[in-house]
Amino acid sequence: MSVFIYIATMALVTYLVRMLPFTLFRKEIRSPFFKGLLHYIPYAVLSAMTIPAIFYSTGDMKTSIAGTAVAVVLAYLRLPLIVVALAASGSAFLLGLFI
Amino acid sequence: MNKLFWKGIKDGIPIALGYLSVAFGFGILAVSMGLSVLQAVGISASNLTSAGQVAGVEIIAAGGTLVEIILTQIVINIRYSLMGISLSQKLDTASFGTLQRLIVSFGITDEIFAVSYAQKGKIKPVYMYGLILIAFLGWTSGTLVGAAAGAVLPESVMSAMGLLLYAMFVAIIIPAARDSRGVVFTIAAAACLSIIFRYAVPSLSSGFAVIISAVASAALAAWLFPIKEEA
Repeated sequence: MSVFIYIATMALVTYLVRMLPFTLFRKEIRSPFFKGLLHYIPYAVLSAMTIPAIFYSTGDMKTSIAGTAVAVVLAYLRLPLIVVALAASGSAFLLGLFI
Repeated sequence: MNKLFWKGIKDGIPIALGYLSVAFGFGILAVSMGLSVLQAVGISASNLTSAGQVAGVEIIAAGGTLVEIILTQIVINIRYSLMGISLSQKLDTASFGTLQRLIVSFGITDEIFAVSYAQKGKIKPVYMYGLILIAFLGWTSGTLVGAAAGAVLPESVMSAMGLLLYAMFVAIIIPAARDSRGVVFTIAAAACLSIIFRYAVPSLSSGFAVIISAVASAALAAWLFPIKEEA
């Protein structure tokens, strides 16, 4: 079967998974538990995706941990996203030159 | 042009830069597995998702079935359903009709969701259009360059760029944790569960591990730290 059919199927399924809840769900949620759940979900997803994957992200655990530490400190100081991201990556790169 | 549109573009630049590097890797991978440059870019332009695309390309290369593709995409991408419901609670309902929802649905990714959800107040469609457009350009052009040119950047730069997206996630969750004990608890619980799954249950796919870790820790946080008002 042509690769095109596979690509179209992937795209269609991925779109439906995104579109159906986002488009059909119009009610404002009143239940305090579900409000809380939906409020906490994004942070939970990002945390689970980041840890422990971030420690393997550069292919070297030392530079990954150094970059992570820089990101945590700068994020705590509420610096903009792009500054945190580039500084973390930049420090991992610089450390990588020396080890 | 609308100011909100440009704010979306500006907020999307870190996402686009991160996508550029990840998509670059995807482009190399797809071509190495036998896809053409056009097919690789076509996948990125029509799917706009990292983990799902890699799984899809692996199935195509292995000659898998369409059913396998469908099930894999649902499992890996089901988190977008949860994010869509969360995001639906923050929309400016006056400007977000069905058409706007159908368009914006296409661009719900982890990073776009995280950045838009972190906005103060209600979200308008034009802001999302800017955010999605710049991220889309980063993702597809990164795929094109990776697929067409192979390793242009030195290895040392590429590996350091692997940290970009994760550092951006850190920049989103840490400031929120400063303001809320519930968020601190959520982040810690999700991280612990994720570590446990990674090392104790390595057979569990990473998509499933993220879903279980996230839903369990968010449910526990909602129970232990009920929110008073929309933060």
